Order: sequence, then C-alpha cells, then structure tokens
Amino acid sequence: MRVVDTARRGEVTIRDLSKSFTLNGRRLDVLRGIDLDIRGGEAIAIVGPSGCGKTTLLRVLAGLEEPDRGDVLIDGAPVHGIGNQRAVIFQEPRLLPWLTVAQNVAFGLEVRGTPAARAADRARHYIRLVGLAGFEEAYPRQLSGGMAQRVGIARALTVQPEILLLDEPLGALDAMTKLTMQEELARIWREEGVTMILVTHDLEEAIFLADRVLVMSKDSASPTRLIELDLPRPRDRSTPAFVALRRRLMAEFGLH
Amino acid sequence: MTLQSLDTPAVGSPPARALVARAGQGARSVAARYGVLASFLILWQVGSTVGWLNPTVFPPLDLILAALWDGLVSGALIDDIAISLQRSGLAFAAAVGLGIPLGLFMGQIRAVERALDPILQFFRQTSALALYPVFILLLGLGEASKVFVIFWATLFPILLATIGGVKEVDRKLIEMARTYGAARRTVFLRVVLPASVPSIFVGLRLSATTALLLLIAAEMIGANRGLGFQVMNAQYNFQIPLMFAAIFLLALLGLAANFTLVTLQRRLCRWADAS
Repeated sequence: MRVVDTARRGEVTIRDLSKSFTLNGRRLDVLRGIDLDIRGGEAIAIVGPSGCGKTTLLRVLAGLEEPDRGDVLIDGAPVHGIGNQRAVIFQEPRLLPWLTVAQNVAFGLEVRGTPAARAADRARHYIRLVGLAGFEEAYPRQLSGGMAQRVGIARALTVQPEILLLDEPLGALDAMTKLTMQEELARIWREEGVTMILVTHDLEEAIFLADRVLVMSKDSASPTRLIELDLPRPRDRSTPAFVALRRRLMAEFGLH
Repeated sequence: MTLQSLDTPAVGSPPARALVARAGQGARSVAARYGVLASFLILWQVGSTVGWLNPTVFPPLDLILAALWDGLVSGALIDDIAISLQRSGLAFAAAVGLGIPLGLFMGQIRAVERALDPILQFFRQTSALALYPVFILLLGLGEASKVFVIFWATLFPILLATIGGVKEVDRKLIEMARTYGAARRTVFLRVVLPASVPSIFVGLRLSATTALLLLIAAEMIGANRGLGFQVMNAQYNFQIPLMFAAIFLLALLGLAANFTLVTLQRRLCRWADAS
C-alpha cells in the first residue's frame, strides 16, 4: 500500500540522452537519444545484451558520468553530478572491510553530515528491515555474499533516497539466494515507496520486480522499447501471464 | 544465510581428563614451535663444553649469559643499548614522519607520482651503505651522519609501501563513497587512509629490520659506543662472550621491534585478520 504523493517525488525524466565513448580510436555511440519518463515510486527494469549501454545509462542517472547531450530531470529539475535524491546499489556490495555492518550501513548518512548517534539509530532500523538484526557487529569478511549485498541495500536505504539505482544487484549471487533477494527487493520497494531503476540481465528478475521494462539493443537500427507489465502483485513466476510475458521478452532478444 | 567463522563450538565445563589432554596439546604445540630453537641452543652449549665446537670462537652459552649479565649490571651494555636505540629510533621516526605523509600525497596525485617515481627508484637502488661515505663527508663522523644513513635506508620501504597502498585502494570503494556525496577529504580519511594501513605496515616492518641492519653497519664504522661498536670492539679485544652478548641483544632488539609492530598492526587491522 503506497500513499500517492501529490508532490512529484522521485520522478525521473530523461530527454534525448546521448553518450559515446572512444575505444581504440573508434567512436562508440553507447546511448543514442534516449527519452524516458519514470513516474515517482515506479519500478522500472532496464534489460539488454551486454554492451547495449544499460549500465552507462544507470551511471549517467547516478551522476557518475556526464552525458554528451540531453538532460536528466528529477522532479522536474535538471540534475548534474551526484545528488542526495539518489542512492546506488552496485553489483558488488562495496562494503568497507574495516567497518562493522552497523558502521557500513551508517556510512552514507555520516558522509552526508548526519550526527553519528542519529545515523546509528537509522542504520539499526534498516539492518532490521533487510533481515540482518543480530549481525550489527560482524565484519564484511564474515558475511556470505547474500548477506553482504543486504548490507549494501540497507546502506542505500538509510539515506532515504527518492530514487534507488540498482546495477545488476543480484548478478553475483547464487540462484537460491537470488530468488530470496528478489522477494526481499519487492517487499522493500513496496514498503519504502521509492522509485526503483534496476539494470539487470535476468529477464525473469525484470518481470518479477518491475512495472515496466526498458529493452535496449546494441544495434543502432533498432530503437529502445518499453514494455508494460500488467501483472498483479505479489507476482508468481508460475502463472500463465508471467510465463507469457517471459516468452514475449525472450522473443525480443531473438530467443525461441 | 550462514555466518561464517563467527560460530565457536559451545564449551561446557571440561572434565579433568579433557583438561590434561588440553595441557598435553598445549605442550606439544609449544614443542612444535620452539623445539628446533631449543635443540639448537642445547647443541651449542653441549658442543662447546664437550669440544665439538671451538670454544674460543663459540663459547658456551653460560659464559655468554654471564658476560651479558656483567655488561647489564655494570651499565656498559645499557649505555650501548640506549645510544643504539636513540640512533635507530630517531632515524626510524623521521622516516615514518616523512615517508607516510609524502607517500599518501604521492599515491593520490598521479602526476606527482609519475614525476618522482624514476628518481625514487634510482635512490632506492643506491645502497645506503655506498652513500655512507658521502654522508660522512657532508655531515661529519658524528651522530648526524649515522642517523642520516639509517634514515635514508628506512625511508624508501615506508614511502614506496605507502604509495603502493594508496594506489591499490579499490576504485569501486572510492566510487561508492562518492555516490553518497563524499568530498575528496572525506574519501581520503574514510576510504583511502584505512585501506592503505595494511600496506603501510608492510613498509614499517621492512624498515624496522633495515634500521637495525644499517645501525650495526654505521656503528661499526667510526663509532665508540653502541651495540654495533660493541660487537666489533669485543672481537678486537678477543672478548668473544661479550661479542655474542651484543649480537644477542641486537637480535632481541629486532624481535622486539617486530613484535611491537605486529601487535600494533593486529590492533589497527583487526578487520583484516584471517581468523
């Protein structure tokens, strides 16, 4: 149950976004005039073959890369560089090994100038939310891959971003852990009401989590496509509608 | 969901037999660790008294210990220890004081590192002992040249290890900190510095060993006090037990320095412990 916000919170607008890289003296157009409107609180998945620019798009949205052309607007205002409205969850947990779980989760807030005691309080709340209560004093090397990624998720949530940017967050996890974490992500997204932009190469994950899927292609001739996922939540992977959508999405990639 | 390496087996109150077994195990592990060293010392003692070894070159251990005791009680060796510690301590402190900040700076700014690296490599490859005569010409035969030659030799391991540590900090962690809006200073203090600590300690331990090595060499040339001088002097005067006493003290000094650094490293880098 999400409260519909009258203020435009977590709304992302992408206008004619282009970015190219030069690789071995050859120009590589990674992003070619992308337009996209993401509603506040929406979950959108970006899928595509490797090299299609999905990670670049996410990095531009995060403010880690500047686009060559075009704009990113958040709640109607153009943004450049890194901002407080956004938090990034990477494929690797990227935890600081010398900090405990509690200190790692509080890190983002502390960096943003929140007093240590308040940051610790907030960290405790989100550690509980991701199901790691009792592990506050553990060091990252003592955690399994799934647990470490939960810590990374908690750290991002602690700063209470409007927009959560996820770059293949479950890509490095084993199949079992991945399924659990997908359900966790769906729950966290529902409870926190954030806009979620998820880059993934897992089509099933995209269908499980997203409201819409942006399909990017490597080929400059075929444009990006947006697919609406009209499935009731919580989603069940075995329903005919889910299976049909998966088949349709796979067909987009020329599979089957 | 597993928490690796945190779970320790539950231990109830052990019965007496288990206690004895544990004591036996402890004794065995001590024997495994120090057995070879003990046999070496026993072999020396026995060999020297029985005559397998030439007792004028390798006096029995009890004579060496007696010479050590005499030296310590009369205060002669205490003086030597004090001056040696002062020389190596001053030089080491200066190398730490210059090497770590400079290394942290150089490691962060690529242009500076690139510009200074060739000359650093050149200096590093020039043996400090070969330069000792130059330092004597410049600084005289007093304390300054001795401290400086040790400083020179200890600076480079610290400097290069620090630069290496800073350069090898995981870019992904820095990027993570940046996505939370961390400024350069915050990234340095909260990511780069802690991440470099293990590497800095490698440099410190290497330097501590080098400091003692150079100390002895410097004291053997043109000194009239210090443990290195005592080794040479005792040999000239054929006080072989005293010579070994001084060597023994030097070894002890090295062990103590290493122990201090390892303990400090354990405290600072508890997070990196393998167990």
